[in-house]
Amino acid sequence: MSNLQNFTKGFFKENAVFVQLLGMCPTLGVTSTAINGLGMGLATTFVLLMSNVVISLVKNFIPDKVRIPAFIVIIASFVTVVDLVMAGYLPDLHEQLGLFIPLIVVNCIVLGRAEAFASKHAVVSSMLDGLGMGLGFSMALLMLGSLREILGSLSLFGFKFVEADGILLFILPPGAFLALGFLIAFINHLRKTA
Amino acid sequence: MEYLIIVFGAIFVNNIVLNQFLGICPFLGVSNKVSTGIGMTGAVTFVMAIATMVTYLIQHYVLIPLGITYLQTISYILIIAALVQMVEIILKKVSRPLYQALGVYLPLITTNCAILGVAILVIQNDFNLIESVIFAISNALGFGLALVIFSGIREHMDLIDIPKGMKGVPMALVIAGLLSMAFMGFAGLV
Repeated sequence: MSNLQNFTKGFFKENAVFVQLLGMCPTLGVTSTAINGLGMGLATTFVLLMSNVVISLVKNFIPDKVRIPAFIVIIASFVTVVDLVMAGYLPDLHEQLGLFIPLIVVNCIVLGRAEAFASKHAVVSSMLDGLGMGLGFSMALLMLGSLREILGSLSLFGFKFVEADGILLFILPPGAFLALGFLIAFINHLRKTA
Repeated sequence: MEYLIIVFGAIFVNNIVLNQFLGICPFLGVSNKVSTGIGMTGAVTFVMAIATMVTYLIQHYVLIPLGITYLQTISYILIIAALVQMVEIILKKVSRPLYQALGVYLPLITTNCAILGVAILVIQNDFNLIESVIFAISNALGFGLALVIFSGIREHMDLIDIPKGMKGVPMALVIAGLLSMAFMGFAGLV
C-alpha cells in the first residue's frame, strides 16, 4: 500500500468511528460542543501518532509474549504527557474533557492501530497511518460535535446564530446516542449509493 | 443512608452507560442476547469491585506517600490488566462452574473503559474504602441493568422491518438514546 493510501484511509474507507465503530465512549461522551470534540480528537491524534512511531521503532526488541503490556505502557506514557500538558496550558478544555483524557489509554483505536499496523510496518508508514487515523477520528468528532451544538444551542464554536433556545435534548446524553445513530445511518446510505 | 444514596445514584441517576458513556463497546458488542448480557454483568461486577479496591489501596499507600500521583494512569491500567489475568487463572483453579460462566468475558474486560473510569472517579470523589467498593459494585449493577434491558429490546429488533441504512449499529444507538431518555426521568432524585 502506498504512503498516500496509508494516510487517507483513516478518513473514509476505514474511518474509526463511522466504519470500524471503535472509540465510541469518547465519541459520545465529549461531543456536546464542536470545540470539545475537536480538542478530544487532536489529543487522541497526538497519542496515536507518537505511540505508532515509538512502537514501530521498538517492535523488534519486544518479545512477542509481552507485546500487549509493553504497548499499553508506551500508550499510557503519552496519555500522561497529554494530560499534564493540557492541564497546564488549556485548563478550561481539560476541565471539560475531564475523565476522558486518561481514558484515551483504553481507547480501542490506539491499541488497535498499534497491534494491527505499527507492530508490522516501518516507521514512516506507521506515522502516516497514525496521523490519518487520528485526523479521521478528529473529523468524526468535529462533525458530531458541530451537529449537536447547532441543533442543541443554535451556535457553532460558541458563536450564536440566533438568539433563541435550541433543542436542549441534543446537548443532553440521549442526544449523543440519537445524533450518532442518525449520522452513521446517513453515512451508511452515502457509502452504499456512492 | 449515605450508602443508599451512592447505590441509587450510581445505578439510576448517573447510570454509567446511559449517562456517563463508559463501557459503550461491550454495551453495543455483547448485547445481542439477554443471557450473554447477564454473564458479562457478572464478570464486570467481579472485576470492577476488586480493581477499585486494589487501585484505591495503591493510590493511598503507594502513589500519594511517594509523591508520584502523575503515574496514576500508567499504574492503574497495568494493575487492571494484571488483575484480569490473575482473576482468570484463580477462577480456573478454584471454581470451575464460575469460570465457565464468566471465562469468555474476562479477557474483554481489560479494554472496558468503565473499569478504569470507575477507579479514577473514586479517587476524584474522595470516597473512603468502603464507599469506593459500594460505588464500584453499584456502577457494575447499573451497567448490568442497562445491558440487560438493552439486549432484551434488541432480541426483538431482529424481527422488525427497518430502513436498510439504519440496520445494526445505527438502530442500536437510537434505542440506546431512547433508553437514556427514560433514565433521565431519575435526574435530580439524589
